[in-house]
Amino acid sequence: MNFKRLWIIFKARNREFFRDKAALGWNFLFPFLIVAGFAIIFGDKSYSDFKVGVFPHAPGRIQMTTQGVPDTFFNTRHLEFIGFGTLAEGMQKLNHHKIDFLLKRGDTPHQYWISDTSPKGYIVEKMFLAALQPAHSAPQVAKNAIQGNEIRYIEWLFPGILAMNMMFSALWGVGYIVVRYRKNGVLKRLKATPLTAFEYLSAQLLSRIFVLMFTLVIIWVGCDLIFKFTVAGSYLDLCAAFLIGGLSLTAMGLLVASRGTSEEFTSGLLNFITWPMMFLSEVWFSIEGAPRWVQTVAQTFPLTHMLRAIRKIMNEGASLADVGWELTVLLLMTTACLSLGAKMFSWHK
Amino acid sequence: MNKLLALENLVKKYGAITAVDGISFVIDQGICFGLLGPNGAGKTTAIEVIEDIVEPTSGTILYKGQPRSDAFREAIGIMFQQTALLSFLTVKETLQTFQNLYRRTAAIDDLIRLCRLQEFEHHMNDKISGGQRQRLLLAASLVNNPELLFLDEPSTGMDPQARRNLWDIVQSIKANGKTIVLTTHYMEEAQYLCDEIAILDHGKIIAQGTPEELIQTHCRGGTVILPRTSFSVPASQLSRPYREVKDRVEIETDNINACLQQLIALGTDLNGLQVRSPNLETVFLNLTGRQLRA
Repeated sequence: MNFKRLWIIFKARNREFFRDKAALGWNFLFPFLIVAGFAIIFGDKSYSDFKVGVFPHAPGRIQMTTQGVPDTFFNTRHLEFIGFGTLAEGMQKLNHHKIDFLLKRGDTPHQYWISDTSPKGYIVEKMFLAALQPAHSAPQVAKNAIQGNEIRYIEWLFPGILAMNMMFSALWGVGYIVVRYRKNGVLKRLKATPLTAFEYLSAQLLSRIFVLMFTLVIIWVGCDLIFKFTVAGSYLDLCAAFLIGGLSLTAMGLLVASRGTSEEFTSGLLNFITWPMMFLSEVWFSIEGAPRWVQTVAQTFPLTHMLRAIRKIMNEGASLADVGWELTVLLLMTTACLSLGAKMFSWHK
Repeated sequence: MNKLLALENLVKKYGAITAVDGISFVIDQGICFGLLGPNGAGKTTAIEVIEDIVEPTSGTILYKGQPRSDAFREAIGIMFQQTALLSFLTVKETLQTFQNLYRRTAAIDDLIRLCRLQEFEHHMNDKISGGQRQRLLLAASLVNNPELLFLDEPSTGMDPQARRNLWDIVQSIKANGKTIVLTTHYMEEAQYLCDEIAILDHGKIIAQGTPEELIQTHCRGGTVILPRTSFSVPASQLSRPYREVKDRVEIETDNINACLQQLIALGTDLNGLQVRSPNLETVFLNLTGRQLRA
């Protein structure tokens, strides 16, 4: 192991990353755009609002209580009311699930339409019927609200987007680039020097980790200025979790890149790996309640463990010891991928 | 002279295909050794096996009398036939990057001067012309001040000026005492640069020696060229092989005296006569045939 050679390849790869202005810009802009986009779309609202169509009414969103729609129903939270001129217009939207419930303005008995196959329609119907119950017939229940700081949706989503960005950057930035270098002969040229495969792979791994962490800090600071995130745990622990997660993803990239000269095949393979990870590692939504086998498959993804550790630290204030299991799994995955990748590595085939 | 490199019965097979079929030769220190052959003859495979880039199927390779060790990589320089460079580096940074991978190094500024890279040393390595790129690749193969330099078809795709320029640089490298192993299918290049040549075809060495020895052994005499109008009788009456090329008749002969006597006897006008001596290309075509290779 010669550290000078490792340092030289590390430096050359970093130069390549920072000098490729288009790719560099995109690396910073992409996650920022997604976070900003979600913040604008959802704001403080839940992303699962229900839409109620009302006819006959002037088209567009209904802001004020309107005659012929019970006030108790209109004032229910998480409902959005949209006006339609005729029944036919409303039905067309209901048929296409653009709205969940259609109500005709007027006195009792109220007339409404729902789609029997729509779960959201069923829920709105229950809300509508409950709203029509007299106040004194309220059921005997006691409400308990969450005390203290609630976790905003954006605070749940943000680490997911950062980790997802890290996954793409790690897998494509190593997997795709190394295969391209093998195809165009750069690796063969490097083989002609005293550089060893281990030194080369270590330099790629370290360079990518450096780039991932650098990008992470910039995006975090940028987004924090706008969204003011609350981090319940320690920033240092959070960094450690991102670092270990990044290591495992980069090691996975090196395994993908260990052989082959076909960029098309590698591209397909990377999509095959990244897409299920993106959907099943709870970047966008929870898979709680998904079939058992889906949850088992998700356990094999480094992104699942990485995100679990990060969210526990950020949202629940967990310490590194609390996420010891997740970090151990990630480190084991890193070791397995690196060992296999180094064993299989070929400079020119 | 000291033997620097010795190959014995080297074989390289790819499945059922034998790319290198039992070649043996010795390269002395300080010479330029040329591996010549038509396309697909096995030159690149042979040179890559010697460079330790490709594993041989069988055979031995000795460097300074010993099997090649890790130190071999420190002692050699390689210019591949087709290779890309690390992206987003300038010409000078490319050389510095490669230089830092070695323990033994040459001064970068000297290399820049030797390979005439001064004018574009700060340009990105993918923003230079084909000839400039070949010179950069040559300089990159010299960053460790190698004892043994491998050049795999170094002037392919270059225009005549750029090629001459590259030859001059290679001559200067040779003058500094380096040993060079060169593959080429440009006969002029081989004749200009090589002290010793092995002609390879179908993975085997079919002839070996200095350019002069090869010419003397495989081509005697020369080619007598006359305008078609010089003949008073049809050229077909000549009792020796000939070719009609445009308005000329080219007669291959191993005895120029006898050929001229016959032409005089046939009443041929010798005023427009030219005699072309055989060169390496004649040897090459005589040995490998005139049929097109893949």
